[in-house]
Amino acid sequence: MTLPQSEETAVTPAVAAHGRAGLLRRLLRNPVAVTCLVLLALISLASLCAPLLTSQDPAHTSLTESLAPMSGKHPLGGDGVGRDVLARLLYGGRTSLLGALLAVAVAVVIGVPAGLVAGYYRKWFDAVSSWVSNLLMAVPAIIVLLVVMSAVGQNTYLAMAVFGVLMSPGVFRLIRASVISVREELYVDAARVSGLSDARIIRRHILPVVQAPTIIQAAQMLGLGIVIQSGLEFLGLGSATQASWGSMLNDAFANIYNKPELMVWPGVALAVTVAAFGLLGNALRDALDGTATRGRKPRGTTPRKPVAVKHSAPPEATDALLALEGLTVSYPTAEGEKTVVEGVSLTVRRGEVLGLVGESGSGKSQTAFAVLGLLPPEASVSTRQLVFDGTELGNLGRAEMNRYRGRRIAYVPQEPMSNLDPSFRIGAQLVEPVRRHLKLSGAEAKAKTLALLERVGIADPERVFNSYPHQISGGMAQRVLIAGAVSCEPDLLIADEPTTALDVTVQAEVLDLIRSLQRERNMGVILVTHDFGVVADICDRVTVMQTGTVVESAPVRELFAGPRHPYTRMLLASTLEDAEPRSPLSRIVPASIAGVTDPAVITNSVHQEGPA
Amino acid sequence: MTATMNGTPRKDVPAEPLLAVDDLVVEYPAKGWRRPPFRVLKGVSITIGAGETLGLVGESGSGKTTLGRAVLGLAPVASGTVHYAGKVISGLGAKERRALSSDIQVVFQDPYTSLNPAMTVNDILSEPLRVAGTPRAEAEKRVRDLLDQVRLPADAGERLPREFSGGQRQRIAIARALSRDPRVIVCDEPVSALDLSTQARVLDLFVEIQERTGVAYLFVTHDLSVVRHISHRVAVMRGGEIVETGDAATVTTTPQHPYTKRLLLAAPVPDPARQAERRAERQRLAAAMAADARTNTPAIASTSGDRA
Repeated sequence: MTLPQSEETAVTPAVAAHGRAGLLRRLLRNPVAVTCLVLLALISLASLCAPLLTSQDPAHTSLTESLAPMSGKHPLGGDGVGRDVLARLLYGGRTSLLGALLAVAVAVVIGVPAGLVAGYYRKWFDAVSSWVSNLLMAVPAIIVLLVVMSAVGQNTYLAMAVFGVLMSPGVFRLIRASVISVREELYVDAARVSGLSDARIIRRHILPVVQAPTIIQAAQMLGLGIVIQSGLEFLGLGSATQASWGSMLNDAFANIYNKPELMVWPGVALAVTVAAFGLLGNALRDALDGTATRGRKPRGTTPRKPVAVKHSAPPEATDALLALEGLTVSYPTAEGEKTVVEGVSLTVRRGEVLGLVGESGSGKSQTAFAVLGLLPPEASVSTRQLVFDGTELGNLGRAEMNRYRGRRIAYVPQEPMSNLDPSFRIGAQLVEPVRRHLKLSGAEAKAKTLALLERVGIADPERVFNSYPHQISGGMAQRVLIAGAVSCEPDLLIADEPTTALDVTVQAEVLDLIRSLQRERNMGVILVTHDFGVVADICDRVTVMQTGTVVESAPVRELFAGPRHPYTRMLLASTLEDAEPRSPLSRIVPASIAGVTDPAVITNSVHQEGPA
Repeated sequence: MTATMNGTPRKDVPAEPLLAVDDLVVEYPAKGWRRPPFRVLKGVSITIGAGETLGLVGESGSGKTTLGRAVLGLAPVASGTVHYAGKVISGLGAKERRALSSDIQVVFQDPYTSLNPAMTVNDILSEPLRVAGTPRAEAEKRVRDLLDQVRLPADAGERLPREFSGGQRQRIAIARALSRDPRVIVCDEPVSALDLSTQARVLDLFVEIQERTGVAYLFVTHDLSVVRHISHRVAVMRGGEIVETGDAATVTTTPQHPYTKRLLLAAPVPDPARQAERRAERQRLAAAMAADARTNTPAIASTSGDRA
């Protein structure tokens, strides 16, 4: 609930809702969508202008012209009772399109308001309308339509209106679900506090969000409407005097041995129209997601490329567990490569806790992930040197890296809950790596895991071992993950904001746990954090990062006693601990040092969004 | 301006509080048929004077956010009352509640979801003004003035929220709250999603606005150092109840209630030597409490702060 999220861990930031103008533009960039739109426009135009395109009456029968061949008078020939096929095709389009439009209009007119009211107000209306919609969805549509047609006569439009009612639950459920999710957004609460009436909130904040999904749904329902309508006509249930693609199929079916090509025209018209509506719906959805045009590099195509691997001994090789030198990480963006970490060097000794401190966008998490070899594939990573316990990791393949990761270099994440698989028991998730890395039997691994759970301060290890992640608290989940991280007796533990998501009392206990495990096992620890209190509590040395570079590295007491870099001084001055209550904080150090010439100038936004 | 004070916030509790919450109970219906509702607030009472900041501090699940939402009319009040300027404002109808929007405003925690991503900053800021019937030209002028008050450039109005950083978005949210000169702003963790240096600047802005306009804050946060910095008085919440209330300096340095003590000792100090002392004291207290628990009540759960 109260977690300051570190944006650089989110490599692909959630895409905010797009404006409608953007949607149309993206749609027009998709060739499939453009083709569908053009085809549908042509079909609609041809049906509308039927009287201009043919002088024949689609209902005029003439036995002498039964199954007439193509001719000047009948460009597509005559059907079984001598009606002009072209005229029937053109006029039939009207019936099919209008019928489908009617069905969709009825479904939208019923479904949208009902969905809005049910989703926004919930309560009894939601219960009743959801019940009715479930009932409607359970009813077999074709049978209802057959009953209606036989009861009130063969009226195509009436049948399509009834079909619209039967389709309305689809719209209702879609709208209701979108409204419920938007209604949870804080900006809707803010609008209520601002004194907006419900009608105005729905118009300004909720309708724009449900618009796009409604349009997509409508496009797909149009295709469905045409199919159902033609199906009814094909069964001979449409009005006898009205031309339609379905009744053309019916006639063609009767003459299938005499003139099979009669099937072709209505068949092609139906297939093209329905496919165009379907594909247009998909294209709309893609445009809405913004995923269709964005190419992604396939996984694992950019191996880490050490610029110049020196095989000479690293400078502090005597006791350095990890020596990282000249790490640079960059991401491809629309404006070219964007470097998020540049020339970062750090060392961790055995039994030492290194704090990696910085604000969001400083590249601290990217640095940690680079050491773990867990950066996304589109990242290009280069190091002069990444030596772990005497081995250069920079040019290891994935399989070789896996021997280190988990076994000798362990990781504790920021969000304990999202790092446990909700569908497996906790025990199973902990036992698996122990068995794999330490080659233990199932029973041995279980005994070791239970002992570890007890070690991390879990009162009832057996119960937690058999629990699912949702059954335990966040603090407990973080203990479980720490148990998992140390289960293979790693030499280096990388913890990325391990206590940021936790309450302060739980944070204190988890830090105590990390400290005692670290001392007991003489582990090296890299602790990524933004909190100087946490640094003061647990770290031996501190590396301060700002916008992708290291600005200062010092033993912890030295850093707090005499920070040398102005940025470090600014950060320490921003802590509230020793500030006079209600006194101005930012005046102490000019904002220019913070990397922003003016606090109001929009420079941070790029970093806030993270590399994407 | 509806400011009632001449810029100097008062530290004592005024005789007639601007906002008074009395024995408030908030319940959410439980899932399932005929289950008893879930009681989030169990009889909470607070008062806030004009121009005063009441800091409301607590851990997750303590009900601090719900109390703020109840003041805003966004949480279902089961019993108890909320008084504003002498009138009961809990359980009002939609229309009467809307009339209060010029007096009581809000700044939410998450600057990413509290601004409609599809609206420009101008639209976001002018919406509350247009609802109140302010003519368009006047609203535009007011929006420029608001952007200036929160130190955003005038051309920010044309942009969409996603073009701004977290701190800047929070400034936009503050500007929206200020648009109709409210007398109370409920601030729900407004700085906890921000970086340290950004947090400092946004806190400065809050203090400066209060000193200029005399607005009162109900400042909800989990961070004791933030609450000490911004508040005149502090209320500590736990499990839907207030365990301690008092002067900010007293509560945050020499707390009386054992829970507040635990909270204070658990918050790490950015100073290695002092933090080592604080840690030792916390561990000593925890050991003493554990020993206490063993002798007095044998069947006590492990760490009580460790709830889901």
